[in-house]
Amino acid sequence: MSDENNEFIRVDGRKKKELRPISIEVGVLDSADGSALVRMGKNIILAAVHGPRELHPKHLALPDRANLRCTYRMSTFSVPERKSPAPSRREKEISKVLTEALESVVLTHLFPRAAIDVYIQVIQADGGTRCASATAAALALADAGIPMRDLLAGVAAGIVDGEVVLDLCDVEDKEGTGDMPIVYSPMTDEISLLQLDGEFTIEQFEEALEMAIEGARKIYEMEKEALINRYKIDLEEEQDIGAEAEVGDTSEIEEISETFEGEELETELEEIEPDIEIIEDTELEEVTEHDEETEDDIEEIEVEIIGEEELEEAEEEQSVEEEVVFEEEQEIPTIEEQEPIEKEEIIEPSETIEEEIIEEEVIEPHETVSEEVPDVPIEESSDEMEPIPLTPGEEPEEEEDDNEEASDDVDPDTLEIAELEDKEEL
Amino acid sequence: MTIFVKEKELIVPGQILAEGNNYKVGNGVRKDGPYYRSVVFGIFTGSGNTISARALRGKYLPRVGDVVIGMVIDVGLTMWRLDIGSPYEGILFANNATTRKFDPVKHDARQIYDVGDVVRAKIIAFDRTKDPSLTTLERGLGKLTGGKIISVTPTKISRVIGHKGSMINIIKKYTKTNILIGQNGRIWIEGKSMEDEMKAIEAIKLVEKEALRQGLTDRIEQFLKSYDEVKNRNE
Repeated sequence: MSDENNEFIRVDGRKKKELRPISIEVGVLDSADGSALVRMGKNIILAAVHGPRELHPKHLALPDRANLRCTYRMSTFSVPERKSPAPSRREKEISKVLTEALESVVLTHLFPRAAIDVYIQVIQADGGTRCASATAAALALADAGIPMRDLLAGVAAGIVDGEVVLDLCDVEDKEGTGDMPIVYSPMTDEISLLQLDGEFTIEQFEEALEMAIEGARKIYEMEKEALINRYKIDLEEEQDIGAEAEVGDTSEIEEISETFEGEELETELEEIEPDIEIIEDTELEEVTEHDEETEDDIEEIEVEIIGEEELEEAEEEQSVEEEVVFEEEQEIPTIEEQEPIEKEEIIEPSETIEEEIIEEEVIEPHETVSEEVPDVPIEESSDEMEPIPLTPGEEPEEEEDDNEEASDDVDPDTLEIAELEDKEEL
Repeated sequence: MTIFVKEKELIVPGQILAEGNNYKVGNGVRKDGPYYRSVVFGIFTGSGNTISARALRGKYLPRVGDVVIGMVIDVGLTMWRLDIGSPYEGILFANNATTRKFDPVKHDARQIYDVGDVVRAKIIAFDRTKDPSLTTLERGLGKLTGGKIISVTPTKISRVIGHKGSMINIIKKYTKTNILIGQNGRIWIEGKSMEDEMKAIEAIKLVEKEALRQGLTDRIEQFLKSYDEVKNRNE
């Protein structure tokens, strides 16, 4: 194929392998537990995450994991012709495929019976919204502090005028003869969504897949920067703390993310954050191996695909396969299994300190239950319920913290000394 | 056998933190072949030979032994349901709320705790299959009246308390307030004047906002000292 033929210029002036300008902002909403705003060309996608939270209605609860519900909605004003506000077949389909893509990376088994809700609102659409939505949703989930195996980066590749091109815009999507959106996890090297519309030869498919994965990697680097910048900015507001230069200069990064062009971006990012290099090196080996696998899989699918329905089926098959893999991996000890150790440690010290402090400063108690309930038979028991008077024995929690930070010897007698130590530590 | 990230560095899900087989897998980390990968967006903490990642935000997940502050949202015949700010409701049974025999025919659960009451309780049992079970029988637990309640991100509670309580003690000392902290991120504050309470809240919010900063205890002390001086002068 004519890979080096960069003379092919697209409708919007891009080269074959060029992404549209992307800007990512994380934590844009206060009302949600996590949120992200992604602009990819003219696309504007807002994703909000609520949860893990209680699941209503209760009958939807899953006994072994959280119910992840993803809702993709297009605003009525997101397209040139007003879109009917009723959820369309297309929106339902995208909600479904995105739910499945996200489920593959979120560690839902840590929150049995709970719900994780992801709301994706398309503010403006310009082709490839499902890819940008996946990117935004993954970032919003990460922002909400929900444990995930990896981030997701979505991008489409397709065929326009017989050429395989990356990141189709709306015109290319409609006029072109093929469209293949993928959602990819760069660190684990997994594809969590792959749809295909149109006709591809096997060579074209392989080229498109490779191109899309490469594009997704670039998007991933931007996601990473966006996440880190969120807290970097918090710290830079006041200047007295030396910005620990390791993450690099924010201003520079912003510029890049707005005006990046394929290769330039890559190299510059590498300069800024050497860490990336290390990781990618290790990645590359994996990648080559994996690619072969995926390609095999894909060939099978490819033969059958031409109608959209068949595509969906094929895709489901694929996602099933993936799920199996995940289950195996999830057996790796994670957060939950670690916890019991802490619990044991917590209980002991809290009692000791609590007693001591109560002796020291018993300030008048607050209204107790017994005061409030004079005429109920419980009155007699008010002595036993005495514990309720709230002495300012608020300290109990402190030891719990100690357990987290300096898990071993919590000696209540050394509280004052501890303060000094603390200063040193900080 | 290498660690790729620095202590307190910001890390994203999926990022490789270390390679090898001799580290312990801590919170927020999973082992993937030879790699230790983060599963959360947070900061890296590699104390000793344990590799762990602490999320910057997140919902409270109940742990046995935690003291939490919850609000009664439902009263049953012999039990209460408490919103404890986590995906799971806290359940407080009558036998964990009063030592006396509680007979639902003779006694009214609403006389002990009613809907809307704010209760400080301890988690005595929790597992994947059941909602967390609470008790208010221990010293210092029970209904909270007066004062103000604010909530901060549960992941930042340890910072609000500080190393061995240093941070919270400073806030209490300068604002002369009583402060009770729930591990679920809710904080109850009662001072002698509204002004004191508001100052304490302001200080806590500042801690939450700048939780990643080094030397925060000193900063907060400075912040409160100036308040104290102004107040003394006025008196």
